Amino acid sequence: MPEESMREAYGKTLVELGKTNPDIVVLDADLCASTMTKYFIQEFPERSFDVGIAEQNMIGIAAGLAASGKIPFASTFAVFAPGRCFDQIRMSIAQSELNVKLVVTHGGLSVGEDGTSHQAIEDLSLICSLPGFTVIVPADAVETAAAVKAAADLDGPCYIRLGRPKLPVVFDDNYRFVPGKAVAMRDGSDAAVIAIGIMVAPALDAAEMLAAEGIKCRVLNMSTLKPVDEAAILKAAETGAVVTAEEHLEHGGLGSTVARILSQKKPVPVEFVAIRDTYASSGKPAELLERFGLTAQDIAAAVRKVIKRKS
Amino acid sequence: MTPSGSKKSPSQTSASDAGVFVSQEDLAGVAKRIRRHIVTIIGKAGSGHPGGSLSAVDIVTTLYWKVLRHKPADPHWPDRDRFILSKGHAAPMLYSVLAECDYFPVSELTTLRQMDSRLQGHADRTATPGVEMSSGSLGQGLSFAIGVALAGRLDSKDYRTYVLLGDGECNEGQVWEAAMAAAHFSVDNLVAVVDNNGLQIDGPTCDVMNTDPLDKKWEAFGWHVIEVDGHDFTRLSEAFEKAKTIKGKPTVIIARTTKGKGVSFMENVVGFHGKAPDKEQLETALKELA
Repeated sequence: MPEESMREAYGKTLVELGKTNPDIVVLDADLCASTMTKYFIQEFPERSFDVGIAEQNMIGIAAGLAASGKIPFASTFAVFAPGRCFDQIRMSIAQSELNVKLVVTHGGLSVGEDGTSHQAIEDLSLICSLPGFTVIVPADAVETAAAVKAAADLDGPCYIRLGRPKLPVVFDDNYRFVPGKAVAMRDGSDAAVIAIGIMVAPALDAAEMLAAEGIKCRVLNMSTLKPVDEAAILKAAETGAVVTAEEHLEHGGLGSTVARILSQKKPVPVEFVAIRDTYASSGKPAELLERFGLTAQDIAAAVRKVIKRKS
Repeated sequence: MTPSGSKKSPSQTSASDAGVFVSQEDLAGVAKRIRRHIVTIIGKAGSGHPGGSLSAVDIVTTLYWKVLRHKPADPHWPDRDRFILSKGHAAPMLYSVLAECDYFPVSELTTLRQMDSRLQGHADRTATPGVEMSSGSLGQGLSFAIGVALAGRLDSKDYRTYVLLGDGECNEGQVWEAAMAAAHFSVDNLVAVVDNNGLQIDGPTCDVMNTDPLDKKWEAFGWHVIEVDGHDFTRLSEAFEKAKTIKGKPTVIIARTTKGKGVSFMENVVGFHGKAPDKEQLETALKELA
């Protein structure tokens, strides 16, 4: 599969949106060349606010702009929002029910060499805990562009988590993203893998590997983590075995969400491909994903394991 | 729209049909009524923050009766001046002001802090007509106010944005992030007021975390600084008028105030930061505010 940058897709989509919607404004915190808001800032300087290294202030300014009818897109790294400014996001955006779009980059372990301080592996847990937030984790550049457009149309707070590296493109240009709807990527009846973000492509690879062993694996892309597509999760559980895959701690992200729903409505064995209760290390993205169990092989192993647990 | 018990001054003409204007003499009467509301409703609720509510009354009364362009019947009027309460624990003061301006009935004030009341323990923009920002976690209002002011500038609107901070609140790092940014973006349609009452929960600000010299700090961050007696209506009005003439930079009014102002046994008493008066104390307070 060809690879493309989600961040580039974000930056270019913002410019596109800015051309048609004068209410769109952009904030960044001294990272515009990394988050790629730089394209918007170059095109619409009067609607752009680089606040310097001050994420808490950025959130407050974004909230004030939203309260006055603007549609602010505020960007930084996923470690800094929600991590650095959780209380500001909680009170000034979530409790205030304001229409702020947080689009964060450098999510997960695949940040790589910058190490643990820069690897956001808790962000989904934090942001999903806030009532009213829509949380989207796109799987590739195509879905990123579509999700950013959809976020602009949604009335309410929204968090979109992007990764740093280029990723395999799993969708074609005809893809239509619908917030809150999971995307069936592959059908199968022996088990279902529910994946988000950079784990979607390896989930497809794992399904291919398993097919060679005669295991038919359904693959779902749960790009809207919140509000989650409960019906799709229940349908996935009809296979009798579910595996979740996310580039995040196993606490509070996709796995927890899926387990919560299934335990109440359709208990089936579930295995979690996620980072265990630990911080990682500097390293190349591929090395880190392998060390911490986030590869296609890990997903395939989890599927074999969960199938054994089927009653 | 005229608040109950006050009258429109014939000498005041507004640029628009909005705003409530009363004479200078009446301001003291309005402020006294607001102080009575504050102690009454906190007393009835059995909890709340009288000290920092009472210290800010004269500042906010001056704003709502002399300075702000607003329409209580239309709280979302796009051209209104905005007042943002950053020190959200002074919500009883804001609610009393808004009720006196007819944003909602005065009779509703006694629902403060009750389940499902529109008057929550701290200011909540989703609940109360006229409340611009949810606050309660300190340090966030100035950033929010910058966003509101920038939106006005983007839309070529001439509304002005006012934000009230506590001096203890100036301990928060975000205040200074925002102070830096407001000057950087030359947000001259923004006025910050520091309710400089000198006390915070754990004691005098100079002992807990010294914020002095506040004037030099704001000045160094690029603001026009005005210092004023925060209980002198004339000086407060002059300060707000002066702020309108300052171009190219934001203005901060550092208002010297007395925490608990107007109730002798609450004045300068740290313990009344977040404690309600009991029945007897309430009676005494209301006598003093008669």
